[in-house]
Amino acid sequence: MSTLRAPPIAARDPAWAGRVLWWSAALVLLWPLAVATEFRPWVLFEPESLRVTARFVGSFFPPAIQGEFLALVARETWRTVAIATAGMTLALVLAVPLSLLSCSALSVSALAGDMARGPFWLRQLVRWLLVVLRSVPELVWALVFVRVVGLGPTAGVLAIALTYGGMLGKVYGEILESGELQPTQTLLRNGSGRVQALAYGLLPQNAAELMSYTVYRWECAIRSSAVLGFVGAGGLGQQMDNSMKMFNGAEVATMLLVFIALVALADRISGWLRRALG
Amino acid sequence: MQIDLQGVSARHPAARASAAPAVQGLSLQVAAGEQLAVIGPSGAGKTTLLQLLACALRPSRGQVLLQGSDPWALPRRRLQALRGQLFLAPQTPPLPPRQRVVTAVLAGRLPAMSLWASLRSLFYPSDIPAAHDALDRFDLADKLFERVDRLSGGERQRVGLARAMLAPARLWLIDEPLSALDPTRSRQAVQALVTGARDQGITLVATLHQVDVALAHFPRIVGLRDGALAFDLPADQVSPERLARLYAQHEHELLGAPPAAEPPPAAAPAPVVMHCR
Repeated sequence: MSTLRAPPIAARDPAWAGRVLWWSAALVLLWPLAVATEFRPWVLFEPESLRVTARFVGSFFPPAIQGEFLALVARETWRTVAIATAGMTLALVLAVPLSLLSCSALSVSALAGDMARGPFWLRQLVRWLLVVLRSVPELVWALVFVRVVGLGPTAGVLAIALTYGGMLGKVYGEILESGELQPTQTLLRNGSGRVQALAYGLLPQNAAELMSYTVYRWECAIRSSAVLGFVGAGGLGQQMDNSMKMFNGAEVATMLLVFIALVALADRISGWLRRALG
Repeated sequence: MQIDLQGVSARHPAARASAAPAVQGLSLQVAAGEQLAVIGPSGAGKTTLLQLLACALRPSRGQVLLQGSDPWALPRRRLQALRGQLFLAPQTPPLPPRQRVVTAVLAGRLPAMSLWASLRSLFYPSDIPAAHDALDRFDLADKLFERVDRLSGGERQRVGLARAMLAPARLWLIDEPLSALDPTRSRQAVQALVTGARDQGITLVATLHQVDVALAHFPRIVGLRDGALAFDLPADQVSPERLARLYAQHEHELLGAPPAAEPPPAAAPAPVVMHCR
């Protein structure tokens, strides 16, 4: 035995008790959530449910490929892409200035200690505005606008613009603040303006992330325009709603395939842009 | 630019309130066009001193006077305009990795450019000859159109220094300009800075870990220790004894001191300590 006594070996991992506690707490919390959402997955596998599912999915095959219908789908696909793109463009018009206003990385007063009071409250105000914009679901905005501007793509465009403006504004601000800030802060410290520091410091630092998020949101806007179509905002979604009401699974299947193709396309564009900018 | 520090204390904004201020009761006068090197062991407050001079840090006590007036009494817009006349080069080069060298160097000129001119310069660099000339002083002219992330650490550091050449500044504050450079490049870089500052009549304050470089190139040496002034002397009066006292218990940082200085302790010759802000 050595003369120096080693500290006694702990009998157990001291972090063990805490880990057990937090896991049990999570499970206990999950239980009421499952009850509240009537979460009973086994219902899916009851014979009656299986029969309904099989009939619905079975009607998808073969997908509809009549020339007239395909022409209609092509036209509506174009309209869906247009709704998503126009909505995103308007959302960008909203989000870019708001995220720049709310981004603390571009604060001159925060260079030396705390941010000045005026700019601080302005930033909080912009953040709240973004919260309001994105906490109203685009479906609700669409229902509002369908009443204002009537049935058609305009309502979808406006609904996407408002909700996505709020989301983009928040996430752009967070992307800009999460990267390496030293180049930007050095520019500000050496007397550059905010927009100059953005163009020469923040954007080159974060361009790829911003671009990939924007393309991802465009993809979401395409999906979202499908949902908005169900409340009369035009595009593929409206056609899908019609086909579903007529129990025409073949047509629904064709349109779902178009959606898959669009999402895959967005994925390729995003990857290509990331490589070009990275 | 003329500098007057009067009993200045400052702590880093992120420092704990109980921690001793990084700079305590420091008084220092620098005439316009003067060149001085600040030396001292790690943690002596060298970087904090530069940040005070760059108006990046507000003194908690005492006064910083630039050209005889207190910058912190200015409205924010005027203070930001004044910052355009101060060029602070941090130790880690502040260059976005995906930017091209020419853009990174021209960014030094932003305070003097209108917003429109600076955006246009992103489409076509506004003054390629000036950027080329600035890089040439640091032997990097061939890297003009490279991307920053293709450069080595030493090359990045020199690009950061070349930016100073384009800044519309009257005062250069250069933090550890040589931390990533080999001895030959170090001498060349210091020479470029000293000459550039002299030619344009710019006041130059540089913190240095390489005492021999400081003594060889700067007429005035300020020794800092524990946030206070240890000495402020012409370079030829800085004796090995003073250096030994300045670096007591930090002898390994005194590598490359004049030959008369005490040899560093027998411990393995550690490389120059690099420390981030």
